[in-house]
Amino acid sequence: MRVTQGTFSFLPDLTDEQISKQVKYILDNGWAAAVEFTDDPHPRNTYWEMWGHPMFDLRDPAGVLLEVNACRKAYPQHYIRVNAFDATNGIESLKLSFIVNRPDEEPGFNLHRTEGPGRSIIYTTHSYAAQKPAGSRYG
Amino acid sequence: MAEAVTEGGDDAINLAREYEESGIGGVLDQLDRELVGLRSVKSRIRDIAALLLVDRVRQRLQLTSEKPSLHMSFTGNPGTGKTTVALRMAEILHRLGYIRENHLVTVTRDDLVGQYIGHTAPKTREVVKKAMGGVLFIDEAYYLYKPENERDYGQEAIEILLQIMENNRDDLVVVLAGYADRMDTFFKSNPGMHSRIGHHLEFPDYDADELMSIARLMLEQQNYHLSESGEQAFSEYIDRRMRLPHFANARSIRNALDRARLRQANRLFSEKPTRISKDDLMTIEAAEIHASRIFTEGKPDQDPV
Repeated sequence: MRVTQGTFSFLPDLTDEQISKQVKYILDNGWAAAVEFTDDPHPRNTYWEMWGHPMFDLRDPAGVLLEVNACRKAYPQHYIRVNAFDATNGIESLKLSFIVNRPDEEPGFNLHRTEGPGRSIIYTTHSYAAQKPAGSRYG
Repeated sequence: MAEAVTEGGDDAINLAREYEESGIGGVLDQLDRELVGLRSVKSRIRDIAALLLVDRVRQRLQLTSEKPSLHMSFTGNPGTGKTTVALRMAEILHRLGYIRENHLVTVTRDDLVGQYIGHTAPKTREVVKKAMGGVLFIDEAYYLYKPENERDYGQEAIEILLQIMENNRDDLVVVLAGYADRMDTFFKSNPGMHSRIGHHLEFPDYDADELMSIARLMLEQQNYHLSESGEQAFSEYIDRRMRLPHFANARSIRNALDRARLRQANRLFSEKPTRISKDDLMTIEAAEIHASRIFTEGKPDQDPV
């Protein structure tokens, strides 16, 4: 099951050229780009591992692509995303986030139902991938 | 056959139009106007501009060729205009579409080399990423390599730069600058660096006439001018200054003029004339030049005043 998190995730995967253009948009707006990765696809997994520092003061997307590719090389079977952080006073938050790398096989989620009091049901999702220990989840 | 002829005709027109459209003529003219002397440097820049222009037209006609590598080294004595030309280089290469951004990142050893193990690589990469799409200007590049200390981290920075210069040729132009003799030693001990740099530009020293034109240009930019006697005195000053140690070409001229401006302000202040004309405020007299220690003691001035 294809994980859909962040912008563009319902589109086919972006090519490097398309990523470049999106990053250019980020930089032209004066936002800082950052690369993050994870192997836990749960939708509530908000804070991913940082790949290096957020990149301030860049002018050209080639620098960000350099980091994306370095991260892909180190973690080819992880989810990798590019974040755009707006440091403007009073905003100081994420403006854009999109996935740039995903594992070849995404096993999807198990929907676990727990019977509650009365006839209520508590739903929980478990990623099949997350049943294995971190670091050995995707191949 | 006829078709081939018209095709050839179209191409001929393209090149002239291409030149106009790129606006490169204006930049090169400005270079000629604002930079005195440096004939060899200017002609090399013209060569590069021509190559890039032809390349662009060739690309349009699907004549593929590899993008030329434009990493450069600028060698020359202090004050010969290396930084000034590097600034222009970014603009020229941008107009020609070789680099995507018209920006130049100037760094020295401090910005590239870290202080402890594992610090250098991220620091260098950070700088490189900031320079991406433009020109990375490394001033006093020979400081990167310190042969007397084999555990120096400079070597690590050099290796990362080499790798970037090779792999990201399309994204970045690296310009190394430094004094000629030290850069020679630097390149001798880093043959990889030497071979990856296609263009070695040497900045010759200026002669006395060129220095005089530089002085006029500098004053003009700051809305000053020399009086007739002042001009004579200053050319004498240049003659004497050139023979003394620590002569730094245009930089020495700039410093001398700065000191002359101070003295001029001082003179105007102490004279306290009832009326000062606009011309008085702009003119630098011979007295300001003659007050230099070069004339009184035969030594270069140390402190301004």
